[in-house]
Amino acid sequence: MTARTEDLLRELAPRVLGALARRYGEFDACEDAVQEALIAASQQWPTAGVPDNPRAWLSAVATRRLVDHVRSEVARRRREATAAALAGAPVVPGVASEQVPEADDTLTLLFMCCHPSLTPASQVALTLRALGGLPTAQVAAAFLVPEATMAPRISRAKQRIKQAGATFDLPPKSEWHDRLQVVRHVLYLIFNEGYTASSGTELQRPDLVAEAIRLTRSLHRILPDDGEVAGLLALMLLTDARRPARTGPDGMLVPLAEQDRTRWSADVAEEGLALITRAMATFPPGPYQLQAAIAAVHMEAASAAETDWPQIAALYRILEGLSPNPMVTLNRAVAVAMTDGPLAGLDLLDTLEADERMARHHRLPAVRAHLLEMAGDTAAAREAYRLAAKRTASLPEQRYLTERARRLG
Amino acid sequence: MKFLLLLHNNPAVLNALTDDQRTAIMNGHGTFIKTIQESGELIVTQALADPSNSAVVRVRDGVPAVTDGPYLEAKEFLGGYYLVECADRDRALELAAMIPDAAVDGLGVEVRPVMFSSGMEM
Repeated sequence: MTARTEDLLRELAPRVLGALARRYGEFDACEDAVQEALIAASQQWPTAGVPDNPRAWLSAVATRRLVDHVRSEVARRRREATAAALAGAPVVPGVASEQVPEADDTLTLLFMCCHPSLTPASQVALTLRALGGLPTAQVAAAFLVPEATMAPRISRAKQRIKQAGATFDLPPKSEWHDRLQVVRHVLYLIFNEGYTASSGTELQRPDLVAEAIRLTRSLHRILPDDGEVAGLLALMLLTDARRPARTGPDGMLVPLAEQDRTRWSADVAEEGLALITRAMATFPPGPYQLQAAIAAVHMEAASAAETDWPQIAALYRILEGLSPNPMVTLNRAVAVAMTDGPLAGLDLLDTLEADERMARHHRLPAVRAHLLEMAGDTAAAREAYRLAAKRTASLPEQRYLTERARRLG
Repeated sequence: MKFLLLLHNNPAVLNALTDDQRTAIMNGHGTFIKTIQESGELIVTQALADPSNSAVVRVRDGVPAVTDGPYLEAKEFLGGYYLVECADRDRALELAAMIPDAAVDGLGVEVRPVMFSSGMEM
């Protein structure tokens, strides 16, 4: 299948599913039916060609699958009456979708897949399948688990949504604030998994990064006045812009300070900078906007030495006040070390020692190692690098940390 | 996160079990497998044959030498494992506690994070 066909299917998947779910209710059955239609398309279109109206084609196939499914369900439950009613309904793809703005469907789907009754892992899996149109096998591959592990996870997630009594409607506006927070977090998780590939040999999985950006972009299009969605999209773009410089020719991790900044993607960065500049001037600041603003400060520095560290430290302080979190403190310690010297940064790290959330995390000794190295305490830095290398679950990160320890003799 | 739940066996402990206890353990594994299959946490599980069937291969100067028997002469040996993927370490510990072996006096389940996976049909 060509990349264009794949893009087309991803673009169409949520629209077809949205229209179907709104028409027939049954989100779980509709989602299965659309998956089958997508698989049929990916098998038939490469040889038979893309139909003139690909969306109508998908709707028709999905509806047929849904009707088949409901018929067999109904037969099983001996409820012929419902079958007749549903099967008798004229199948006119695309008609229902004209009554409700498509944007609402995409948003409803996002709220549904990011339902608060699900675990983050299930929210991520379901979002990738229902909104990204990714087949279960690909979702499984993205998270390095077999399909047999991912399939029950997805069907269980759908059952759970059903049990929670969710219908295919937008939640009441009063719930949006909390629900959108979950949606943004799920999109962030997808991006992060793609960017930092939490375990395995590969440092990043660009497919997930692209998918997270695509989904966040469409959410931003639907909700242009949500400052945090704009902030999240800007954060993703500004982080992704650094990707080409983040790995060396040997696949080794290159830290921000040592990256060749001419390799950063200028156009991706530009879009991110424009977004965050506008968002910060328009909306009250939120955690994603602040993180994007920090990424923007890095982006605007011609070299690591020319970075406006006082501004970064100030932004981290606001972020810390807004959403206290040991990872934010950890990052602030780096900025503080750059403005007030490594010892000030190390003092701040000491406040995290007792934090249970950091007890097994490799980032704490990794940052400590950097600051100790800055302070000239080579022996302690080497030990901290080694401890961090022992704790990480990522091979490239382990190579990097071991290499740093080795360089110190 | 992926974790390997290692089942270390001790023949002396296993031999001392009654038939009823043994059956309960077997059934317990069945229930456990079903539970983590349905939750989408099970990746794979294998039980290993008795270590008396083992052979150890060592290649020295390009020449393989094979000796019969396990790698380590020990009271305990690896009897099998579960490879799972779950939300976090706490959940992995919770899963380990659901394995019947964990409740047998003289046995325990080791929980170890996985760093790198490859070769599975994924």
